[in-house]
Amino acid sequence: MTRLAEASRSFRTAAWLGWQIESNWTDPFAFAIYSLAKPLAGALILMVMYAVVATGGLDNPLFPHIYVGNAFYIYVGAVLTGVSWAVIDDREHYKTLKYVYTAPTNVFTYLLGRGVAKAVISTVAVGLTLMLGVLALGVEVPAGAVNWPLLCVALLLGAAVMAFMGIFLGGVSLVMARHSFFVGEAVAGALYLLSGVVFPVDVLPGPLQLLARGVPFTYWLEAMRRALLGEGASEVLGTLSDGQLLGVLAGAAFGLGAISFFVFRLAEQRAKERGLIDMDTMY
Amino acid sequence: MRLRREGALFLRTVIGRAYPRMVGLQREKSWLVFDVLLPLLQVSAFVFIYRAVQAPPEFTGFVVLGGAMTAYWMNVLWNMASQLYWEKETGNLEIYMVAPTSRMAILLGMALGGMVATTVRAAAVLILGTLLFRVEIALTDAPALVGVFLLTLVALYGMGMLLSSLYLLFGREAWHMSNLLQEPVYLLSGLYFPVRSLGAWAAAGASLIPMTLGLDAMRQLLFPAMTDFAFLPVHYELAILGGLSILFVGGARWALAYMEGVARRQGRLTVRGQ
Repeated sequence: MTRLAEASRSFRTAAWLGWQIESNWTDPFAFAIYSLAKPLAGALILMVMYAVVATGGLDNPLFPHIYVGNAFYIYVGAVLTGVSWAVIDDREHYKTLKYVYTAPTNVFTYLLGRGVAKAVISTVAVGLTLMLGVLALGVEVPAGAVNWPLLCVALLLGAAVMAFMGIFLGGVSLVMARHSFFVGEAVAGALYLLSGVVFPVDVLPGPLQLLARGVPFTYWLEAMRRALLGEGASEVLGTLSDGQLLGVLAGAAFGLGAISFFVFRLAEQRAKERGLIDMDTMY
Repeated sequence: MRLRREGALFLRTVIGRAYPRMVGLQREKSWLVFDVLLPLLQVSAFVFIYRAVQAPPEFTGFVVLGGAMTAYWMNVLWNMASQLYWEKETGNLEIYMVAPTSRMAILLGMALGGMVATTVRAAAVLILGTLLFRVEIALTDAPALVGVFLLTLVALYGMGMLLSSLYLLFGREAWHMSNLLQEPVYLLSGLYFPVRSLGAWAAAGASLIPMTLGLDAMRQLLFPAMTDFAFLPVHYELAILGGLSILFVGGARWALAYMEGVARRQGRLTVRGQ
């Protein structure tokens, strides 16, 4: 019970701290612009690319799928880079990681909490990006036709996958000296390509397509598209039912949960043995 | 005699500041992998978008060229604009300030060193992207291409020098400001699509970012079959890039002196962890 209370307190405090770090450097108006400019610019790049080249421009049947995929991937980028970056930020910038470890804190849930702050900010960005698509770019998401149960369950399972993957990267960042700065960004970048965020995975060459089928976000984005638009983007994944998609996601969440817990504990132990918790790489 | 001594000091400062850029960035060889891999992943994703909608193959070339140029923009943002902020955080800025040399020479050294080091990464992205996606290039005018490229870099790094003086006043917001300027500039400068698609007025406004016109001109010179997508004729773009170079480097000189004065008066030059 004490451990549960400690984990819950660490989570809440970290979420609050994460929110303060992310937002209190400026006034709310500038913060709102900052939080939205990046994702909206990404969405507009896609829009222009389609408007210029695709047959039918924004009316091309692929566009809504790509737009929705890109909007939801904002979460993945933010959480994966956010959690791994929290380790570097606390260790090297604020130099507080050693204090986090000396306090009665559950570091696993502490990092999850830091990821939550990123996810909250991303929720606004995802919502507004989707709204821009619906109101201005012709992406049709009729509220009555949205599959809410699928949307909610997929969102929850996707969040779990992201959180555990973030923790995994956080653990890796603990024991890396000179490359930890790139870890979150590199993994998010690779998964952006492999999850078929901005194109159907069907267009990937054979070996990459095989890899794409091993990435949980491929199934997550397919589920989100089906929930909002009524159908997925990929013919390859079209053979899977909604239940099978959720099953794959649940399995991935469970597997990643176990792996991330194990890897994080192992990395933590190594970092303590090698004196890396208060390392300052000066990079 | 005094002029000669000052000239020599200026030059020594430029070389002294450029040296760690060139050596430092190459010293951690494994970083090259990330520096090349990350833009290449982005480039690949955008290439597959064009493939999914059966775009003409030249668009793949547009994307690869744009992807290579992102290396310069990232370098300008994170290693030019933000540099004086980093120096402040690590305690080097006050040493710069008391050194008996020109601050413009320091900025110029940073720019030259950054340009050379980044060119290795940009070239790697360009070569790998061209080979991986079988981009067909039809170079029409090599001297013009070299001229456009060099003028683009001068104007772009001039912009970086100008931003770097503005960043002197920033605390934590420097980090966020650089983050903020990434994707919107990708959009405005047409890194992954012809800038003309933004419409004449938006493209004209975006031309203040040197990469916009530089990329448009380079695309015209490398993919002549796609001139229908050009924004302005190449010689106009060369002239505007020349003007932007003078504007930004001159502006940087003025802004550095002004901002340094403001930062001194407000006591921001040595404030850390803000």
